[in-house]
Amino acid sequence: MHDLIPLSPLEAAAPRVEKYDGIRISECPDWAYASLAARQGQEKSCNQFAMDLLGFKLPDIGQITHSNTLAAFWIGPHQWMIEAPYSSHENLAAQIKRAVADTGSVTEQTDGWVRFDLHGARCHDVLERLCNVDIRIMQQGQATRTRLEHLGCFLICRKTGSEFSILGPRSSAETLFHALTTAAKAIL
Amino acid sequence: MTQINRLAGGQINQSSRVNFEFDGKSFQGHSGDTLASALLANNVRLMGRSFKYHRPRGVLTAGSEEPNALVELRSGAYQEPNTRATTAELFDGLVAKSQNRFPSLKFDAMAINDRFSNFLTAGFYYKTFMWPAAFWEKVYEPIIRKAAGLGSLSRQEDPDVYDKGFLHCDLLIIGSGPAGLAAALSAGRAGARVILAEEDYVWGGRLNAENISMDDQSGVEWAAAVMAELATLPNVRCMSRTTIMGAFDHGIYGAVERVADHLNHSENGKPRQILWRIYTKKSLLCAGAIERPIAFENNDRPGIMLAGAMRSYANRWAVTPAHTVAIFTNNDDGHRTAVDLMAKGVKVSAIIDTRPDAPKIADCDLLSGAQVIDTSGRLGLRSIKVRLSDGSLRKIECGALGVSGGWNPNLHITCHQRGRPVWDNQIAAFVPGPDGPAGLYVAGAAQGEFSTSAALQTGHAQAARALLDMDITAPQIQLPQTECQEVNLTPFWYVNEGKGRAWLDQQNDVTVKDVKLAHQENFRSVEHLKRYTTLGMATDQGKTSNMGGLAIMAELAGKSIPEVGTTIFRPPYTPVSIGALGGRARGKEFHPTRKTPSHKWSVEQGAVFVETGNWLRAQWFPKDGETTWRETVDREVRAVRGSVGICDVTTLGKIDIQGTDAAQFINKIYANAFAKLPVGKVRYGLMLREDGIAMDDGTTARFAEDQFVMTTTTANAVNVYRHLEFARQCLWPDMDVQLISTTEAWAQYAITGPNSRKVLQKIVDPEFDISNDGFGFMACREITICGGLRARLFRISFSGELAYELAVPTRYGDALIRRLIDVGQEFDVVPYGTEALGVMRIEKGHAAGNELNGTTTALNLGMGRMVSKKKDSIGSTLSEREGLNTKDALTLIGVKPIDISEKITAGGHLMTKGDPVDAAHGQGYVTSAAYSPVLNTSIGLALVKNGANRMGETMVLVSPITGTEISVTLVSPHFVDPEGGRLRA
Repeated sequence: MHDLIPLSPLEAAAPRVEKYDGIRISECPDWAYASLAARQGQEKSCNQFAMDLLGFKLPDIGQITHSNTLAAFWIGPHQWMIEAPYSSHENLAAQIKRAVADTGSVTEQTDGWVRFDLHGARCHDVLERLCNVDIRIMQQGQATRTRLEHLGCFLICRKTGSEFSILGPRSSAETLFHALTTAAKAIL
Repeated sequence: MTQINRLAGGQINQSSRVNFEFDGKSFQGHSGDTLASALLANNVRLMGRSFKYHRPRGVLTAGSEEPNALVELRSGAYQEPNTRATTAELFDGLVAKSQNRFPSLKFDAMAINDRFSNFLTAGFYYKTFMWPAAFWEKVYEPIIRKAAGLGSLSRQEDPDVYDKGFLHCDLLIIGSGPAGLAAALSAGRAGARVILAEEDYVWGGRLNAENISMDDQSGVEWAAAVMAELATLPNVRCMSRTTIMGAFDHGIYGAVERVADHLNHSENGKPRQILWRIYTKKSLLCAGAIERPIAFENNDRPGIMLAGAMRSYANRWAVTPAHTVAIFTNNDDGHRTAVDLMAKGVKVSAIIDTRPDAPKIADCDLLSGAQVIDTSGRLGLRSIKVRLSDGSLRKIECGALGVSGGWNPNLHITCHQRGRPVWDNQIAAFVPGPDGPAGLYVAGAAQGEFSTSAALQTGHAQAARALLDMDITAPQIQLPQTECQEVNLTPFWYVNEGKGRAWLDQQNDVTVKDVKLAHQENFRSVEHLKRYTTLGMATDQGKTSNMGGLAIMAELAGKSIPEVGTTIFRPPYTPVSIGALGGRARGKEFHPTRKTPSHKWSVEQGAVFVETGNWLRAQWFPKDGETTWRETVDREVRAVRGSVGICDVTTLGKIDIQGTDAAQFINKIYANAFAKLPVGKVRYGLMLREDGIAMDDGTTARFAEDQFVMTTTTANAVNVYRHLEFARQCLWPDMDVQLISTTEAWAQYAITGPNSRKVLQKIVDPEFDISNDGFGFMACREITICGGLRARLFRISFSGELAYELAVPTRYGDALIRRLIDVGQEFDVVPYGTEALGVMRIEKGHAAGNELNGTTTALNLGMGRMVSKKKDSIGSTLSEREGLNTKDALTLIGVKPIDISEKITAGGHLMTKGDPVDAAHGQGYVTSAAYSPVLNTSIGLALVKNGANRMGETMVLVSPITGTEISVTLVSPHFVDPEGGRLRA
């Protein structure tokens, strides 16, 4: 076991959490990500292998599907992002690759992203200041790509109205966090 | 001063006291007042000076169309010029100043211009300031700018913050007058997602200005009841103080919400204004109508205002501009002002109606078929001169005159996408045409339906139509019974009597005479008329003046008004502060910042950072005692070449390329061969643009038969990814290739220098052989370090030294640099920044952004032979164009000064010795230059004609920018270790 100490995207040992009236913004470094893209002509097999691993069918456009520990959301034609707890799936990409073998291309994405979770009744108010997604009709189980503070992000609705995740480029974690907290302060 | 012009009633809180200041004097008003209504209440009619002649001016309107009463609101850095007093809400502590006057509003020395008005007519600038040409910028323009103009800027940074935001709806309703409220009620009850936007701070639009009943309620009560219901509907969002400022493509509307303009200061962290982008399925314009004046001599004195505005002040704000007023009108609506003011106890001395058959509506003196031909009163109206229908004159004493020339539908939004309005003879006004923005409907007065009853009905009907287009059925709603009076207008645009000036555009000081002059001088097209006279320019965009100008031009040209046409309507509908357009993207937040994994550690080391794109990269790491950056960089270079150094190279783009066709795909992207790159090896690649010019370079590593990792330059990471996606999706969609960026997923460090392997061996887990035999030059593999952390190791070198790049998951980037520095202590390891990196790559003769500058080919870069003839790749064919392959084509070469104390200047041009120093004789230019602490001389890379065959030639390097001219020798670009022995050691 190595002895290197990880830093969170916001350059701290512990993840940041900011609480405001009606919204909590949490940095969530404890998630592993890997992209899965079906190989050309292998789409059906890839989907089947993935389903065997995940326990659910890979989601359609704009959707995220969960099991107890794993989730997958659509990020492009025949392409998904798989999500899993970091503690149990640090090597998520290798696990998926083993499952799909040559039917899919798998790439580790864990540290390419910073994830911020938004909880609370005022998520809509914050997000409508930041991105052009029609946030008020976004339902649990929907995921989309959007631009937020000039940054290409994924936006996932975990619970209609009150729980959202944002995955943004890790190197701009501070910019994204600043935008989220600034918007939170602006709406209160 | 007491509020001597305050009447009873109104929608203000008469028991409140709001203190404010205008031009240094203290006044009181009430909550609910605007600055204009409060000033009028305090008998202040003079509110500004005109643009050109500095004529005394008062308020003309009661809304956002105001041309005259513009003030500088607030003070210090918060000062905002050209704020309309008619829309500025009064708050306690408000400070306003009149503008464009010196030294004071009552005595303005610049009013001398008015005496020279014969010289200052339309086109005056164009005719007068013709010569000498050089005087325009330095002499004329500054003087003119000082003399003419509106408010002034504080020249301080705006301390307020502004937000932007995005909203979505089925139906956007613009305006909350009777039409807008009927529409909102219909759509709200139908369950549609509705946004109701109102520029005012009260709901109801014109209902607030009129004394009308709706069933058994007043108009104001009905509006309040509707708003109370709308507030209970979760599908309706009501936004007051929100101006829809433009209609943009695809049903998108721009809106400015003034969140804190009515407060003394915005709360900390909260925006003053929000610029909303509203995505609509359908929209409904219920913006009402704007009254138009009649032009007559001296019709610009403070106290002369639109009759509808006078009625607004009386009914809504309980204010009269004077206790004796008169009305000048060409329609029935003007009479309503007299009725309402008389009901409030104001004396109406006469109604002057241009129509010979004017009806008797108000119980006051009615002068039918009469015209106001002149006025008097230096700083405010004292009397008017009336030509009666029998030709006689009558002087009427009055402190204010309400003027009504009819109403123009407020159709601007319908024309924002170059739609043209159409003429309606019935109301003698333009109404919205059929070619407005897709999905936009119009109702109420904006459609030319001026009665309240018609507004309600059309509001409901048009909302129902819009909803039906979205397959939503609007319920029938019970509309109240209310007035349905006709305006009954007989067009009358200006009084054709008198030699003085009759003002059309009070903001720009454009008179009837100016329009006549424009016609006389053949500026007859409506667009020429605007530019020549400035009619309809500036902050109000001619909302009250354009029609008068068009009518007069039509008369002179013998055309109808629709034949003359209108100028183009453009967003924004009313002025938008630059701050709102900028939003939060200012200062440090102008663009996102990208931090490298070693950022925190680098800050601790006192690194000096440089912005490369959005990245912050350590440029160098100063040590105590170092006084110049050169000293630091020289030390870093010597340390790396002498032992070992560490540099964060995470910023280079990394693209994961997988698929059964990945190798063939890369082979088509890069100009050089890649298909047979063995697994576990890295190769330098050069990619060309379609036109044969070099696009980017980098290394690509093959981790498996079907998996590659391509690196790009920092600057081109996004462009290359886009290029690859285009090639994958559009050029070769049949290839089995998958792409994804992994730039940020890995923290990558260059470990460089003769001791780099020794440092690495201290952290690479022992099962991995990284000896020269086990892991040779250009090898790559997945390894583990520090007891099990997965990592990627590449043996590549940008500096020419023995070097590696080591990548670990980004979260361990900080720990890794600390560990590398720690284990490297025994080798005197140093961190080095981008500057040392640059020096070493110049010493090695590697091309970078300065050389890959969008004009160079592989041949220019000395890599012509890399473009494989054995395969097809993007750009390879066009790189063979004759013009790119001439004998004297530029070639990358090194330059050194003959006198080593002299400096090579990047950007300097190289001339053949003895040739004239001019562009025609240029032989090339220096692309990169640095001081080499290894060679103890300044060196450079240059693109020189036929450079490869001119090695050893002495040339002259001239730099007109630095004023230097030195002798240099052309040498190999590989200054250090040209044989490449070090990197293979």
